[in-house]
Amino acid sequence: MINLSSTLKISFRALWVNKMRSGLTMLGIIIGVGAVIAMLAVGTGASNRISEHISSMGSNLLIVLPGATTSGGVRMGSGTQPTLTTADAEAILRECPAVSNVAPVLNGVAQVVYGNQNWSTGIVGTTPDILTVRDWPLVSGRLFTYQDVRRATKVSLLGQSVAENLFGDMDPVGQIIRIKNIPFTVIGVLATKGQSPQGQDQDDTVIVPVTTAQKKLFGTTFPGMVRRIMVKAKSTEELLSAEKQIAELLRQRHRIGPKQENDFTVRNLTAFMQAAEESTKVMTILLGAIASVSLLVGGIGIMNIMLVSVTERTREIGIRMAIGARTWDIRLQFIIEALTLSLAGGIAGIIIGVAGSIILSMLAGWITIVSVFSVIIAFGFSGLVGVFFGFYPAYKASLLDPIDALRYE
Amino acid sequence: MPLIDAQDISKVYRLGDIEVRALSGVSLKIGKGEFVAVMGPSGSGKSTFMNILGCLDKPTGGRYLLEDIDVGSLDRDALAGIRNKKIGFVFQGFNLLPRTSALENIELPMLYDGNSARERRQRALEALHSVGLEGRGEHYPSQLSGGQQQRVAIARALVNNAPIILADEPTGNLDSKTSADIMELFVKLNSGSDITIILVTHETDIAAYSKRAVKFLDGSIVSDECKAGS
Repeated sequence: MINLSSTLKISFRALWVNKMRSGLTMLGIIIGVGAVIAMLAVGTGASNRISEHISSMGSNLLIVLPGATTSGGVRMGSGTQPTLTTADAEAILRECPAVSNVAPVLNGVAQVVYGNQNWSTGIVGTTPDILTVRDWPLVSGRLFTYQDVRRATKVSLLGQSVAENLFGDMDPVGQIIRIKNIPFTVIGVLATKGQSPQGQDQDDTVIVPVTTAQKKLFGTTFPGMVRRIMVKAKSTEELLSAEKQIAELLRQRHRIGPKQENDFTVRNLTAFMQAAEESTKVMTILLGAIASVSLLVGGIGIMNIMLVSVTERTREIGIRMAIGARTWDIRLQFIIEALTLSLAGGIAGIIIGVAGSIILSMLAGWITIVSVFSVIIAFGFSGLVGVFFGFYPAYKASLLDPIDALRYE
Repeated sequence: MPLIDAQDISKVYRLGDIEVRALSGVSLKIGKGEFVAVMGPSGSGKSTFMNILGCLDKPTGGRYLLEDIDVGSLDRDALAGIRNKKIGFVFQGFNLLPRTSALENIELPMLYDGNSARERRQRALEALHSVGLEGRGEHYPSQLSGGQQQRVAIARALVNNAPIILADEPTGNLDSKTSADIMELFVKLNSGSDITIILVTHETDIAAYSKRAVKFLDGSIVSDECKAGS
């Protein structure tokens, strides 16, 4: 058997002699691979963005909101009827087996003052579990305890934006800030969370014990009232059962008859986001599939050129056969030519695809992520295209009759 | 043991319903070191016979033993191996690879024999020397004259140390002066190194260089003469 380096040399020479033709043939693969990589980068970018939003919200998250009031036939929208209490939150944690953490929330906007600085921000009254529910760590200081909640102590955790606006480079932990003129000790600073899916700055917040918010900052229409209850389910699989358990429990607690409507709503944001993530994944596959079609067309281009090349070089094949080339020597020569075209096109296509995704993200402002996986897939696929579409011409060449091939003009 | 032992070889082509009998019962023995001219008008079957001798084609009847190997029983790749090691071809139209240097053309048979690059280069240079083309190794066929191209082809036939050279009208495309030079080279190779040369030609002055003349007519051998003292 002929050695591989010699076959490579023969094949490279044949391609080099027809530079223009080889280049144009490669172009089909370049465009195909480039398109696959760029399209997958757009799709991966989109789904990564959604995944980030999901994780910034907190995973397996359910939000229980109070129901809507109706005033003279006009329904006022969810949250207008204050029906949820801290007792509901405690009951959810106690009674619903699919729930792992619960954080009731009473929030409002207030002016926060430190020294000569002041800042208007959202105050969130809640329990220590909020950080688990939202997957939100502290960067310094400590978390308040349930004892703080029971005693309604005046302690606070600052979001990064608030900390920066009030303290600048200073460490806020241990300092006293005033919220609605009431002094609060800063006991911790939260990690940066970034934007919410709606574009809000999630770090522009101050967290205080829920009881403190109820009794000292915002007041309540009835004891223990909260605006919403954030719930973390034990797992993604248990999200739906958690949703059901919460609904059942609250109907019971709120004494809602079988034919009456709920006076609360349970929102499954994670499921919603996962649906969005799922649909971007489908979009990614779709984009990739469309781009693959051009790769396929590129492969057919290679086959076309290889068939022409075999016909053109019939005499050369005859000479090689007369001199002692075996079936596989001839086949290998043409397969390697096709493979070289497709792999070189693949490499160029990867470069073009990566460059294309960078340009796309600059021009259109989309987040594009070129995954190693997509590069490997595209490159592997182009190699496969080369072997697949190169084999038939090579097979045809190897079956030529040496006498006829030698006589071919 | 004769080098070539063709026993009752026949070849029938089938073109649709018509049977064309190209060879009918040809027997021929050729020993080592012979220089045989195969002659005959076109259509006499001499080319078909040469293709069979060269293992490019298989007979439809009879047996062909090459160095006691029954060639008829071999498959495509085994025949390619025989052509590679036992037979050197010289064609009328030279049949060198275009855009490939003389040396690389000469290296070609060794390529399919799996020799190392260094050995290939060394033996190709030796073969180039033996046909008197030193210094032309890097030239492309298009840069060489007809006679020089045929010398490269002969060097290619020699390079794998094949015991047989099959030359099919090797001087058909050359002028008489160059033809004589090429024939002198064949004579030299034949007398110097015991290579068996089988030459197809229809020109008597070219055939005159050989030691034995076999004449074909209508698919059969009509005469087989040894010339003493040539």
